[in-house]
Amino acid sequence: MNDMSDIKTVTGAKRYSAGVMKYAQMGYWEPDYEPKDTDVIALFRITPQDGVDEVEAAAAVAGESSTATWTVVWTDRLTACEKYRAKAYRVDPVPNSPGEFFAYIAYDLDLFEPGSIANLTASIIGNVFGFKPLKALRLEDMRLPVAYVKTFQGPATGIVVERERLNAYGRPLLGATVKPKLGLSGRNYGRVVYEALKGGLDFTKDDENINSQPFMHWRDRFLYCMEAVNRASAATGEVKGTYLNVTAATMEEMYERAEFAKTLGSVIIMIDLVIGYTAIQSMAKWARDNDMILHLHRAGHSTYTRQRSHGVSFRVIAKWMRLAGVDHLHAGTVVGKLEGDPATTKGYYDIFREEYNPMALENGIFFDQDWASLNKMMPVASGGIHAGQMHQLLTYLGEDVVLQFGGGTIGHPHGIEAGATANRVALEAMVFARNAGRDIWNEGEDILRDAAQTCTPLKQALDTWKDVTFDYASTDAPDFAPTPEVSA
Amino acid sequence: MRLRQGQFSFLPDLSDDDIRTQAQYAIDNGWAVSVEYTDDPHPRNTYWEMWGHPMFDNRDAAAVVYEVNECRKEHGGKYIRVLAFDATHGWESVRMSFIVNRPKEEPGFRVVRQEAPGRVIRYSVESYAVREPEGHRYG
Repeated sequence: MNDMSDIKTVTGAKRYSAGVMKYAQMGYWEPDYEPKDTDVIALFRITPQDGVDEVEAAAAVAGESSTATWTVVWTDRLTACEKYRAKAYRVDPVPNSPGEFFAYIAYDLDLFEPGSIANLTASIIGNVFGFKPLKALRLEDMRLPVAYVKTFQGPATGIVVERERLNAYGRPLLGATVKPKLGLSGRNYGRVVYEALKGGLDFTKDDENINSQPFMHWRDRFLYCMEAVNRASAATGEVKGTYLNVTAATMEEMYERAEFAKTLGSVIIMIDLVIGYTAIQSMAKWARDNDMILHLHRAGHSTYTRQRSHGVSFRVIAKWMRLAGVDHLHAGTVVGKLEGDPATTKGYYDIFREEYNPMALENGIFFDQDWASLNKMMPVASGGIHAGQMHQLLTYLGEDVVLQFGGGTIGHPHGIEAGATANRVALEAMVFARNAGRDIWNEGEDILRDAAQTCTPLKQALDTWKDVTFDYASTDAPDFAPTPEVSA
Repeated sequence: MRLRQGQFSFLPDLSDDDIRTQAQYAIDNGWAVSVEYTDDPHPRNTYWEMWGHPMFDNRDAAAVVYEVNECRKEHGGKYIRVLAFDATHGWESVRMSFIVNRPKEEPGFRVVRQEAPGRVIRYSVESYAVREPEGHRYG
């Protein structure tokens, strides 16, 4: 498979004579290594520069993401350096992708500060992504040992307690992002919230870039939104929420906004991924301390998750965010306007919602992962979805998900409340039919048409959007077909 | 107004056969089905009155429909819901909840606003019905 598989680690005094040595000879390539239960394991997709051997490239990634530098240093001998070296232990060619390899690297638990995503990522995706001998590098997946998982808080609320707080069971939750995303005054913005919640949605949502701008400062938005939330709650007898985006320039300002949301009685606040891992962990701790559901909008993730050869897979971001402690995170729709093939998306959803993820190469999951009773995250599906796809959404995404119909609510020909009602009726009819044993995948359109007979807004929604689909090839599909002979 | 709590409150009222199919789905999933009623439908009223214990060992949804109708005989003027509990580790909570009986008239809720400093308003949502004592609401 490669011409360096028999390369040996140099030992004894020779290992530490000054100069440059191959990473694979320095102890970063150990093909016989058996990862310990407490090791962190990372799977990288590596694309070595022409002429660079893949084993040396893998060893270099292991070295640069742990203890190594470009030359031998004698100070290694003052440490238990064999323990602290990350060990590349396996390199496989990527199926159907010449020049790309999967490198498995194990890291000792003592390399990481407990409970710190910042520390974990500073090692694993720190210097190494700019390393010259590689054309490209992608972090595909990680195995996080239980011993490390248990040092994190995990989701502040979790799916079960979120449902208990909302008094909403047995169906996906419904949401909508207020549109237009920029320009509405606080008073007009609250109108959209009121109409959508009264019509049947559980949540409305600020968009990622709604913070505190000249057309609507944050306090104004919060005040009008909470008027809308309470009026809608009285109109329906349900608990309602609106994701108040507290993203701001400093932690102090975010805390101030979060405290105000709490004072007003909001059940949920929101942050953007761009605030950074440490800020996310701080807000997750605040949310746990203040009985607040924490929504995370994954703003910016596609800059590093989308391309197959370089960056960080979203499944890794999802794992980090479950550790960091957010309750909601966007995870794709399969059928909507944004990137995501069904198999890969299923892998993400499993990472969010399961207690244990068995290895599933066909879904891009490379390791067994035990979540050690950490709370579950609620996936959020948004972007170009509408009531006419309800059977597909329920089949692909299941029940524990927030379905967010922004345009599919606010763009309804008869108004926002009608749009919300159309979505809610379609949803309830589909869940009812599924529970009653109907084959919703094949009979979905009939089920929706029947429900529309007693719901004019649903009929109008189905007529308006009946031909809308987003059918493009995915840029990030799994590398392995679901065939039994594939093994890791 | 129509109380929108539960899984199916935006659909037409459920027939006894509808209740049976949904309860059977719960039973087939291994969940325990129970019946509860209340005359205080506040969205945060967690503890409706229990019409007996959850039916842990019942395999037949016809028994659920029977209990719903027994409950209706005594509390037909109130809200009645069917719940399904999942005792599986990692959930250990409600999986389903749907309303199967309503008062003839549903007067709904009012918003009570208390004005506080800085344009803050403290909100309460209150059911019109709870102004009357328990047992004397909804006619």
